[in-house]
Amino acid sequence: MDRVLLDYGSGGKASHRLIGELFLKYLGNAVLNRLDDAAFLEINGPLSVSTDTFTVDPIFFPGGDIGSLAVHGTVNDVAMLGARPKYLTCGFILEEGLPMADLERIVESMGRAAHEAGVLVVTGDTKVVPRGAVDKIFINTTGIGEIFVAEAPSGHRARPGDAILISGFVGDHGLAILSKREGLTFEAPVLSDCASLNHLIVRLLESIPEVHVLRDPTRGGVATTLNEIAGQSGVECRILESSIPVRPEVSGGCSFLGLDPLYLANEGKFLCILPQEHAEAALSVMRSDPLGRDAVQIGTVRADHPGKVVLETPLGGTRLMDMLEGEQLPRIC
Amino acid sequence: MNLFDNFKDPELCKVLLDRIHSELDGELRFMEVCGTHTVSIFRSGVRSLLSDKVVHLSGPGCPVCVTHDSEVAAFLELAGKNAIITTFGDLMRVPGPDKKSLKSAQAEGARVKIVYSPFDALKIAQDNPGDKVVFLGVGFETTAPAIAATVKVAREQGISNFSVLCFHKLVPPALDALVGDPDLKVQAFLLPGHVSAIIGVEPYRFLAEKHGLPAVVAGFEPVDILQALHLFVTMRGEGRAEVVNAYRRVVSDAGNPKAVSVMNEVFEPADALWRGIGLIPGSGLTVREEYAAFDAMRVFGMELKDVPEIKGCRCGDVLKGKLSPEKCPLFGKACTPAAPVGPCMVSTEGSCAAYYKYRV
Amino acid sequence: MCLAIPMEVLKIDGQSAEVQVGGTRQTVRLDLISEFPEVGDFVIVHAGFALTRLDREEAIATLKLFEEGLNIELV
Repeated sequence: MDRVLLDYGSGGKASHRLIGELFLKYLGNAVLNRLDDAAFLEINGPLSVSTDTFTVDPIFFPGGDIGSLAVHGTVNDVAMLGARPKYLTCGFILEEGLPMADLERIVESMGRAAHEAGVLVVTGDTKVVPRGAVDKIFINTTGIGEIFVAEAPSGHRARPGDAILISGFVGDHGLAILSKREGLTFEAPVLSDCASLNHLIVRLLESIPEVHVLRDPTRGGVATTLNEIAGQSGVECRILESSIPVRPEVSGGCSFLGLDPLYLANEGKFLCILPQEHAEAALSVMRSDPLGRDAVQIGTVRADHPGKVVLETPLGGTRLMDMLEGEQLPRIC
Repeated sequence: MNLFDNFKDPELCKVLLDRIHSELDGELRFMEVCGTHTVSIFRSGVRSLLSDKVVHLSGPGCPVCVTHDSEVAAFLELAGKNAIITTFGDLMRVPGPDKKSLKSAQAEGARVKIVYSPFDALKIAQDNPGDKVVFLGVGFETTAPAIAATVKVAREQGISNFSVLCFHKLVPPALDALVGDPDLKVQAFLLPGHVSAIIGVEPYRFLAEKHGLPAVVAGFEPVDILQALHLFVTMRGEGRAEVVNAYRRVVSDAGNPKAVSVMNEVFEPADALWRGIGLIPGSGLTVREEYAAFDAMRVFGMELKDVPEIKGCRCGDVLKGKLSPEKCPLFGKACTPAAPVGPCMVSTEGSCAAYYKYRV
Repeated sequence: MCLAIPMEVLKIDGQSAEVQVGGTRQTVRLDLISEFPEVGDFVIVHAGFALTRLDREEAIATLKLFEEGLNIELV
């Protein structure tokens, strides 16, 4: 049993073996182990639900893999609404021929990530498709969490005068992935920041009375997420360029590839927008956690240019930070 | 602090800005002809700090922007020939005839790989001996020697499945064509630092000697750019027009003779088409006969096809400084970074794209 | 038009060199450089090729010119 065969997705004995020997081994819990057609859950009150599909290339990267990413990514999205993530569903689409050892490594890593985040995988599905129909492995996860705040943070709630905070260094995940892409040969001593932020988010929301926006700047990076918030709230996000934490390795790598770290993906960072008077307290909660150790204020919300993100440069000049058309491509000019 | 970081120093920039503004008499209309200058001027915020009297114009300084429709058509034709296309990321979204691009060709099944260096493309050729691997050679004098060096290595190592589609462009002939236009509204040229690192300062002398235009070879940090602007102001005050090398830490007046000789060994000058401008004599490079086996045009038996100019596009006037991007009737409406019409909107560093992206 | 970045030479191996900026490393070709660099030199890198060696003396000379001309202290 060294490679995934089409039979493993057939629903027959091979499928059952895969479920028993692999998925239940690493992801099993009282709900999942019942193996009924659906998971039996008891939940009360308002819910936060999010779904995401993970297709990262390469599937193993410095600091993580597609399995841990599939847990962290969805856990974080659920948490950003002011919720405690409780349950995950997961759907796998496997390419015929995927080494079993790779699959096991991925599922084991998912199990570990779920355990650390304190969520249960309660239902799942596996399909195997012919070689070439997908690239190795795609994973979809859906997360469910209980909202525990009276007013959920939302991209629509940024108000002029609010402070904009970031929980740490930006661009680590994006650069770590790029460094392993074919055709781009460079070595960056940078690990993906991929991590579940829910415990930190819970502590933050329990200690700070008013948080307007929480968002994790994943694909498209900090620049794209700030543009979304500026648009949703009809405000200007004014960012001080020199205050944005970027590791020298990341800005170094970006410099010769012609990329901007503000558009690189993060998988373990969040933006927090809240009234300025709570900014210091929020920063000290964030800094008390290893995942928020480098948290800083990077800007303020204004009314001047609604829907825009304006960057103040170290020279004191300004420029627009627009959303990109598509993925950033390495360039020479 | 690294010695070279002094060229980013905000305090020094402030002093230079004050000097420029207090010493400037009248209006200063300067043109840069390097997309990295365009981007640097906007990204650093220098542009937002200049008074209205200092008018920044972006010339034909981005090799991607000036890649002609008929050349993009050739890329796309190659993409249909089952070769592995290797390219700088810059070219992926450049639209050709019928709004097709390498991105859309890739979606239709073409094998397109983005590389950082032409040398990486050569490795792809070595790793795929059963395939023909073509590198899309665009760029000015800075980039052409790197591609020439790669072709030389390919020949030395007998890598016969590698070739280059050569659409390189040369800066001085384009400048010559620009300043030959009596309607040109430019008073000074900011010259491209990294092109100059290769060709040196001599090829630009005609700007001052024939046309009385001051020109400064400048680096890309904010201090470099402001220093060049201050030099324009000083020269005007003293009634001088010279070609000055202000990027001496990188550019020697003689340039880099070794790089020039590698470039000249593999390529020779040829007429070239510039998007938005048209044909400029002697402004391009083509592969020499001795290296014909590495010339994709010859290997695949291709010829450049006639492609009509784009209707309504005023990029030619923008590139000559006659029209500011937002005055073009297409700007921001029919022509945006998502659906670019002309060269100036095509690349991230095109002047229209920079206007669209960075101006608050 | 031409993105080229100063990078520090860490190691030289025939026609290629290992260079770094901010701790991120890559290998570049030395086929084009006129003045062969030494370990510790900064070179200007474009598309995987070192184009020239950065001249510290010239950098200092330029900054000195600012100091004198603009009457400020830098180096």
